[in-house]
Amino acid sequence: MRDVAVIGIGMTKFGELWEKSFRNLFVEAAKAAMTDAGVDKIDSMYIGCMSGGLFVGQEHIGSLMADYLGVAPIPATRVESACASGGVAFRQAYIEVASGMSDVVLAGGVEKMTDVDGGMATYALATAADADYEGFHGATFPGLYAMMASAHMAKYGTTSEMLASISVKNHANGNLNPFAQFPSKITLEGVLNSTMVADPLHILDCSPVTDGAAAVIVASLDVAKKLGAPIVRIIGSGQATDSIALHGRDDITTINAAKVASQKALQQAGLSINDIDFAEVHDCFSIAELIVLESIGVFEPGKAGAAILDGYTARDGKFPVNPSGGLKSKGHPVGATGVAQIVELTKQLRGTAENGRQLANAKRGLAQNMGGTGGSSTVHILEA
Amino acid sequence: MADTLTARVWREQPQRYRMIGNKDKATGKVYFPPRQAVPGNLNPEMEEFNLSGTGEVVACTVIRVAPTPFTDLAPYGLAVIETPDGVKLTAQITDVPVEDVKIGLKVKFEFRRIFEDNDASVIYYGYKAVPM
Repeated sequence: MRDVAVIGIGMTKFGELWEKSFRNLFVEAAKAAMTDAGVDKIDSMYIGCMSGGLFVGQEHIGSLMADYLGVAPIPATRVESACASGGVAFRQAYIEVASGMSDVVLAGGVEKMTDVDGGMATYALATAADADYEGFHGATFPGLYAMMASAHMAKYGTTSEMLASISVKNHANGNLNPFAQFPSKITLEGVLNSTMVADPLHILDCSPVTDGAAAVIVASLDVAKKLGAPIVRIIGSGQATDSIALHGRDDITTINAAKVASQKALQQAGLSINDIDFAEVHDCFSIAELIVLESIGVFEPGKAGAAILDGYTARDGKFPVNPSGGLKSKGHPVGATGVAQIVELTKQLRGTAENGRQLANAKRGLAQNMGGTGGSSTVHILEA
Repeated sequence: MADTLTARVWREQPQRYRMIGNKDKATGKVYFPPRQAVPGNLNPEMEEFNLSGTGEVVACTVIRVAPTPFTDLAPYGLAVIETPDGVKLTAQITDVPVEDVKIGLKVKFEFRRIFEDNDASVIYYGYKAVPM
């Protein structure tokens, strides 16, 4: 395997972008990433997208985006792993360059979610669960994560305040991110008094419905050096699966796919979780961030809540988590999220995070992206 | 959820109407819905197995914001239920105030209407859980 680096990043502002179409979003992010890398040609590209079919009635996304980016006839492949589509697209680009098949590959992600109403968006997202045995019974994503929260609370005494503090922390970070959908600061009381979506999760425990795209350029280290681009190396990559249905897991208070993916990525890098300085993790719901941090070994099972409430994962804490604002504040265009995490890691590792969001000691970062309730997960480790 | 083909409805009837799963003869492990392959064995010898029809709530919520086609039903209780057969499954909890949907609740499964697809004029039936 060859050494591989991220040499270019780009993303659209995340939000309800009614004036921009599905293809507009992707092309804007892809152009920004290519410009940032200083490349006008790519060998191939991967596009993470969960459900072009249900959100905008469009499949065959590789062809569409290669056409509108003006890069046809290069190979272009749409990658789907629900909300982990972006992370898997990035991993495919990494593998293609590491293998020697290509030198410069674009990994992007896109989702246009606001062209349908709320009921349809909830339904589209619910297809990431088991359609015949969860969705059929009226399960929603907030509902499935709420059930994980109920079990975690019963087993470990985790509280709604602990969960709310995750949203408060992520909005404090997103407040400094010019690309964030909801940059407003929020309070513990504000979260706890917000509308209940699925007990015990309030609406401010939940990431929003978002339009947006992100893209990165991945290149062999040799090519990166020739281009003179700022180099952020990919030193670990892991991907894993678990039962698609939440009820198929032995223990629903942990996410085994995240655990296995992180172990693989750390093993490849020759590191332990203690060697990582900060992380972007998949906080589609507050409880998701808490369980992921326990699953990847940042905290022992049941110990995350108190530590988070105590500021351990704040920007100035011992292990900053989601300095971008996370899915909660930055927004969650599902197919783009995994790539947007790589954008944030790269900014932090280059030392170019905006508005005082830059972490003091960012040498190695970890990105964890997740599909469904943890039916799939990727973990990547990047180094300055 | 505009399914216009009924094959998708009747194909699942043994599971949804009668809760029929299957059992790996070698290990005794019960699967619901039935499996054609199991971890470590691509060609397991399986026999039909009818779930016992009771269970206990191990995780639960109240869905207050519901998806199409459940919007008129909200709020409703939803739970992961473990059955004495060693199976866990997801079902709505009904015939009980949503405030009383709690971990540890003992339930039995009943044949109920799940939702209607007005476009296809199909009524979907299946199991819901009610307190014992």
